[in-house]
Amino acid sequence: MTTVTNGVNVQALLEAREVLKGAPEAAQFTWRASSKWQHGVHSEITIENYFGLGQEQSHKKESVFQADHPEVFAATDNGITPIEYLLVGLASCLSAGVASVAENRGIQLRSVESVVEGAHDIRGILGADSDVRNGFNDIKVTFTIDADASKEDIEALVAQSQKRSAVFDALTNPTNVTVEVA
Amino acid sequence: MKGNAIERVTTVVIGAGHAGLAASHFLSERSVDHVVLERGEVANSWRRERWDSLRLLTPNWQSRLPGLRYEGPDPDGYLTVREVTEFIERFAKVSRAPVRSGVNVTSVRRADDGYQVATSRGEIRCRAVVIASGACNRPSVPPLKDAVPESVKQLTPFDYRDPATLPDGGVLVVGASATGVQLAAELARAGRPVTLAVGEHVRLPRTYRGRDVLWWMDAAGVWDQRYDEIDDLTRARRLPSPQLVGTPERSTLDLNALSSMGVALVGRLAAVRDGRALFSGGLRNVFSLADLKLGRLLDGFDDWARTGGRDDEVDSPERFAPTRVPESARLQLDLGSGEIRALVWATGFRPDYGWLDVPVVDAKGQLQQTGGVVDDSPGLYALGLPMLRKRKSTFIYGIEDDARAVIDHLARYLAGTGWA
Repeated sequence: MTTVTNGVNVQALLEAREVLKGAPEAAQFTWRASSKWQHGVHSEITIENYFGLGQEQSHKKESVFQADHPEVFAATDNGITPIEYLLVGLASCLSAGVASVAENRGIQLRSVESVVEGAHDIRGILGADSDVRNGFNDIKVTFTIDADASKEDIEALVAQSQKRSAVFDALTNPTNVTVEVA
Repeated sequence: MKGNAIERVTTVVIGAGHAGLAASHFLSERSVDHVVLERGEVANSWRRERWDSLRLLTPNWQSRLPGLRYEGPDPDGYLTVREVTEFIERFAKVSRAPVRSGVNVTSVRRADDGYQVATSRGEIRCRAVVIASGACNRPSVPPLKDAVPESVKQLTPFDYRDPATLPDGGVLVVGASATGVQLAAELARAGRPVTLAVGEHVRLPRTYRGRDVLWWMDAAGVWDQRYDEIDDLTRARRLPSPQLVGTPERSTLDLNALSSMGVALVGRLAAVRDGRALFSGGLRNVFSLADLKLGRLLDGFDDWARTGGRDDEVDSPERFAPTRVPESARLQLDLGSGEIRALVWATGFRPDYGWLDVPVVDAKGQLQQTGGVVDDSPGLYALGLPMLRKRKSTFIYGIEDDARAVIDHLARYLAGTGWA
């Protein structure tokens, strides 16, 4: 039997699954991003801490993201557009899922690439047509995967990664959002 | 004391459906003194909790109970609800089961070296109890039912008899397992505009290579897989029933068939907010998951036929078109607009153990048991639950092996404690 090395510690994940079955309170996580308006439509977002496994946790280091809008929006383009961050989230979540499922199923991956396209009618956010929604109308993800597996097995990897994806769920299902002024 | 005396019986069987009667059959065979308590009549759920057009999913040649089998003219057909009821009634008669009808069990609790069963007709003390009260006592309806506007009539499959049960107009059927697809098809044929909310589902053709798909499952040994050989048993037991219907035409009732009938497919019902039903945008993926799983199943059948030299008995291999994705599946539906007049919750069923005062039910409402032997409660047994001991436990014909094994365990338990 050849050893599959996609670099995912599946054993740890499977063990965590067993432990958390009996400890649902430890499974409650809160992810946290802090944003600071800079100028115009440019904001800077930092992420360092989160809550999980019953206590405050920290990433190894703080990450800083610039969010702005492009010049065609008459903006300064100091960073990607907020809605593009959703594509970042979806692509990375599905890729992580593909790698994890492949590891679990003993499939060696050689390369996993994806292109995520979000169709967006900006008349919504501009208020040009009240029948047009603000968000994406459609999102399309195209994976190109080179792996030791049949086409069907690769399709099954991609399907299973969607089934277990946090971001796929967050984008395809409604979520309650509360926005308050502190 | 007369009238208040506690009756003593060695074993009490709860429920006179196919499972309880099969238990009784093997208890009688071993001369274990017992009674079968039935809240209504024999085969009560089949009489009162099923819709009119329902037929079994299993072909008639699979309709067998210990010492009784289908002997009619149509082995490839599917029994109607009435025929199932008669079949189970006949079983009760030939096995001379000591059934007490109209006896409601209100409590089962531990007492001394056995159990005390409280019923609407008095108390019974026994050494062993076989719970055969069924897996589908109550429809499971999600909490979002409370957000559905009052103008929409909500029904469960227990309320549904035929399309006339519903007010005129559009219908939203939630759930695409066997129940959901069957009701959606029947309502569409009755001329109703039907929207079907589809989550994860199990797609099956009715026939494959000229044989009933359940013949393949049976012949290839899928149904005989034991509970302790199944990777994730909890998940397997929670699997929705397959998209199948038993009709004289032996037709396939998958989502493509429903689309062709004009049923509008939408994603899983995710929320009802401000009177609007919101559906998941993940419809494509639930189609992919089901199509891929079907492909793997058929590959397995083909391998089995080839390696077992059975290719000549069956038609050539075939593959089915992928599930067609609607050009633009709706993501929301205004339930207050009048477009939808009725909503049918085809969202599964659950057992009811409200009367069981023994701590053997888990947080999800399932009996904690291993192959029909209830965990940590000597003398307590279960029969007639999905995948109890084998995959085929879900079906009527699966009960014979299960009941034999469980009653064998029960008899050894009684013998070991100086009883029976």
